[in-house]
Amino acid sequence: MIKETLEKIKSEAQARIKDSANLEDLNDVRVKFLGKKGELTAVLKGMKDVAAEERPKVGAVVNEAREEIEEALNNARLALEKSVMENKLKNEKIDVTLPAKKPILGHRHPNQIALEEIERIFIGLGYEVVEGPEVERDYYNFEALNIPADHPAKDEQDTFYITDDILLRTQTSGTQVHEMEKGRLPIRMISPGRVFRSDEVDATHSPSFHQVEGLLIDKEVSFSDLKGTLAEFAKELFGADTKVKFRPHHFPFTEPSAEMDVSCFKCGGKGCRFCKGEGWIEILGCGMVHPHVLEMSKIDPLQYKGFAFGVGLERIALLKYEIDDMRLLYENDERFLKQF
Amino acid sequence: MNTSLEWIKAYVPDLECTDQEYMDAMTLSGTKVEGYNKLDKNLDKIVVGQIKEITKHPDADKLVVCQVDIGDQVIQIVTGAPNVEVGQKVPVVLAGGKVAGGHDGGPLPEDGIEIKDGKLRGVESHGMMCSVEELGSSREVFPEAPENGIYIFPEDTKVGADAIEVFGFHDTVFEYEITSNRVDCYSVLGIAREAAATFNKKFVAPEVKETGAGESEKTSDVISIEIKDKDLCSRYVGRVVKDIKIGESPDWMKKRLRSAGIRPINNMVDITNYVMLEYGQPMHAFDLSTIAGNKIIVRRAKDGDVFTTLDGQERKLDSEVLMICDGEKEIGIAGIMGGENSKITDNVTEMLFEAATFNGTNIRKSAKRIGLRTDASGIFEKGLDPHNALDAMNRACALVEELGCGRVLNGAVDVHDELPEKKRIKFEPERINEYLGTDISADQMLEYFSRLEVEYDKNSGDLVIPTFRQDLIGFADSSEEVARFYGYDKIPTTLPSSSAEGGKLSFKMRVEAVAREIAEFAGFSQAMTYSFESPKVFDKLLLDENAPERAAIKISNPLGEDFSIMRTLPLNGMLTSLATNYNRRNKEVRLYELATIYIPESLPLKELPDERVQLTLGFYGKGDFFSLKGCVEVFISKIGMKGRLEYEAGDRPYLHPGRQAEIICNGEKLGYMGEVHPLVCKNYDMEGTRVYIAVIDMPKVVEKTTFNRKFEGIAKFPAVSRDISMVVPKEISAGQIDAVILQRGGKLLEDFKLFDLYEGEQIKEGFKSVAYTVSFRDKTKTLSDDDVNAVMKKILNGLKDLGIELRS
Repeated sequence: MIKETLEKIKSEAQARIKDSANLEDLNDVRVKFLGKKGELTAVLKGMKDVAAEERPKVGAVVNEAREEIEEALNNARLALEKSVMENKLKNEKIDVTLPAKKPILGHRHPNQIALEEIERIFIGLGYEVVEGPEVERDYYNFEALNIPADHPAKDEQDTFYITDDILLRTQTSGTQVHEMEKGRLPIRMISPGRVFRSDEVDATHSPSFHQVEGLLIDKEVSFSDLKGTLAEFAKELFGADTKVKFRPHHFPFTEPSAEMDVSCFKCGGKGCRFCKGEGWIEILGCGMVHPHVLEMSKIDPLQYKGFAFGVGLERIALLKYEIDDMRLLYENDERFLKQF
Repeated sequence: MNTSLEWIKAYVPDLECTDQEYMDAMTLSGTKVEGYNKLDKNLDKIVVGQIKEITKHPDADKLVVCQVDIGDQVIQIVTGAPNVEVGQKVPVVLAGGKVAGGHDGGPLPEDGIEIKDGKLRGVESHGMMCSVEELGSSREVFPEAPENGIYIFPEDTKVGADAIEVFGFHDTVFEYEITSNRVDCYSVLGIAREAAATFNKKFVAPEVKETGAGESEKTSDVISIEIKDKDLCSRYVGRVVKDIKIGESPDWMKKRLRSAGIRPINNMVDITNYVMLEYGQPMHAFDLSTIAGNKIIVRRAKDGDVFTTLDGQERKLDSEVLMICDGEKEIGIAGIMGGENSKITDNVTEMLFEAATFNGTNIRKSAKRIGLRTDASGIFEKGLDPHNALDAMNRACALVEELGCGRVLNGAVDVHDELPEKKRIKFEPERINEYLGTDISADQMLEYFSRLEVEYDKNSGDLVIPTFRQDLIGFADSSEEVARFYGYDKIPTTLPSSSAEGGKLSFKMRVEAVAREIAEFAGFSQAMTYSFESPKVFDKLLLDENAPERAAIKISNPLGEDFSIMRTLPLNGMLTSLATNYNRRNKEVRLYELATIYIPESLPLKELPDERVQLTLGFYGKGDFFSLKGCVEVFISKIGMKGRLEYEAGDRPYLHPGRQAEIICNGEKLGYMGEVHPLVCKNYDMEGTRVYIAVIDMPKVVEKTTFNRKFEGIAKFPAVSRDISMVVPKEISAGQIDAVILQRGGKLLEDFKLFDLYEGEQIKEGFKSVAYTVSFRDKTKTLSDDDVNAVMKKILNGLKDLGIELRS
């Protein structure tokens, strides 16, 4: 008798659950069958009429029915919730091709980007980055670099003078001397900075530009190490396929001296408009530190040797970013800066 | 330095290479070739023709029809050239041939100009007669060529001959970049020596015949020479030539002079120029008849002397200028230019040749002071080898005899002290290999040296250096010579084996890197501006006459007033850059610069100035004082500076008087910020826009920066916050309220913030409504109301003391 009642309740509940269109309907079903005044509760309340020994059995059957209904309710609820969520998301669809809202970021100067690249490479090779004064004594800019008082190179460099003894440095090489004078050996340093020469402003000249000086002093150093170091540098800076060529040159503070060309990174060395058909682009000057320069800085040239190099930062920036007019670097037009 | 390959080959007869091979090999051995000009590049089918007949063109007044004999046939050519006459021998380009350029002498087209058969106004023409311009040259080196006309060959030129050959254009002119240490290479012989060594061929010096030996008349009978200022003249060689016959130089000499860009003038002048090019020894020729007292004296000028040089210009002299004088007067500025009073004219019959060695530095400085830099002074200033002077003199005299243009007297007058000896450098092959990172045998090294005329003294183990190689002095120089001829490209490529401490940036650079990052995150782009500027900047910035910023370092030789002082403030560069953007209609521009300023301790400068990097932020467009203040504070907090920033109203003339602040940390000024004064904006052509700038003195910031961070734990107990709503007299600043809260809040105070500010109708005259939220926290316990009330009472009392009314 009870069994039949239960079957009836179950099938009726299933049918009502199936018909529920939303969570409210489903709740009504729950109240109707499982609530305090619900049909299943009513059955339990009728237990008092059942024989005492039958009660556990009947109780179990009722509970079974209750569990069945609860499970069905649960499944139906999950299914309904899922469809509600799906509908909601569907309505929230956006046009992902509408414009982005960008944070406004500033841009770094191409000189700075080039400098940071160079610094990264040499820091990786164990070089310390140091700085020296831009307003400098004649001694550090010239004499200590083997350019004595009447040396024609002093004229060649078109120096800006403040007094007879104080000038605007024409090269970052003076920092070499400051470092050597500190007497801490070995040395591996690069020194970036602003230098000045009295060139009129045009597309390829500026009275103020930047150099990065490099110096390595140690007991066992050779010209081949200079070649290797700078070849590594060129590859890091311009790409792994970059080839380098060293040509003899003259600088008063190095001997032997060289200029380094890199294979044109635009045409790979075949020759193009960019490299003026030569396939090579001149990049820097370098050489073995002149023993006389070491001596003047109280370093024994029989014990220590070294190499030095100097790179024009603007030259690298102009080449690497294909900027065709140096004046752009100092105008600070936002439309220019934005491109970096 | 330009030199023809034909001339080089005269002294390196076995040299065989293409132009490109020559350029590459010379460059790699250290004589850098900048480029070359193959003279016959675009010249083809050009012969010597002779005009046989000229008739009028039937239909054109300005054209004539010529019958021209080109050796194997006579061809008809129509020309508009004004200077043609029957019998003339002229260069003729045949149909199908090429010339280098147009008759106007304009820039040469890359591929030349092809000449075709054609008709001119209906009359057939089978070629073209050429001017020197059409052949790619100019009247500069062919002074005899007519202006705007066909070139006329000398009468003895062979009809039908290759005209390019006659002109000497089967040649290539190379342009070298000679480094300042290689004085010897400012000469054909020097470059020929390098070429011989580079290609490992024999160098054959020009044969110089002895001259004047048979003459009974000696130079020393005619002239005496005295050097008074030996410090400026180490050698003076004089030699006299008589019975001079001025005339044209032979073709071979003219060709070589032209290849170096020198215009042939007459045999005597040409010889001095030729020897200067060949030996790198400038020479001078005086008309002997003008020299008083049979005497040459080399001495310094007197201050204030005025001297007329052979170009007719008056030159002011001083006591450091070396002069060549005769028994009475000055007759030339040593090493720079001769005098008008002794110059060679076409009527000269007797002449004194001079080949001397002057102090290079003195010549360089004198030329600069006088304002007269000549080919000769340009060479002298490099400092010449005194040995070269006599060699050059003998060469010149041999040429005089060879050209038959004079009678060279017996012997020279050669005045000098002891001449420099050959230097010696210890030959250290192992050390050289160590230095270069190579493994070259000692024999191989010696072979390189022998090519350079450097001898090896087996007994002493020394390398003996020829005197013309003044640049070879020590060990490093010897290693460079080995490296050059072994080949820089063959030296191995290695990395230094030695160890060093790890690479790093300095602390200062790290702080600057943070400054760049923050500025860029805040939308500022990096600017770079010049360190020098005009003193007018101070007026543009409205600085007072006595403002300390006006004490700027002056450059003694600036590029002009605009670049004449070192900046003492970073504003001009920033404002100029902003103005550039503003006037190019770029909207809302934000720039920053890490700009160095140069602060002199005293003027004139005795000690090096203080170079201080200033983080300079500047913008126009969206934003205001407080958004800029936000950038400053984010930067300061990001670099972990200790201490709280305070702001005081400032009185800088270039800023808006009511909208500027000094930025202060722990009582020390870090910088300033504010809106730029509208008059300053106007001075920078930015009238009508508001411009804001902030300047932070980086050295002060770096001192106070730390990258050390310590975790302080996350608070376990809740914070309690209270709002304070007040009516504040207008003249009380937020900073004053902040100070009270800070001072009275004690250690329970965690944070506080102004969240409302109102001035207007509902507030009584002279007051403003201000609201703060203040939060408290105790790290050790939950705060009770009583705890908070006690602190709040202190704060509120403090605020009342300022005349502030509290609202409920």
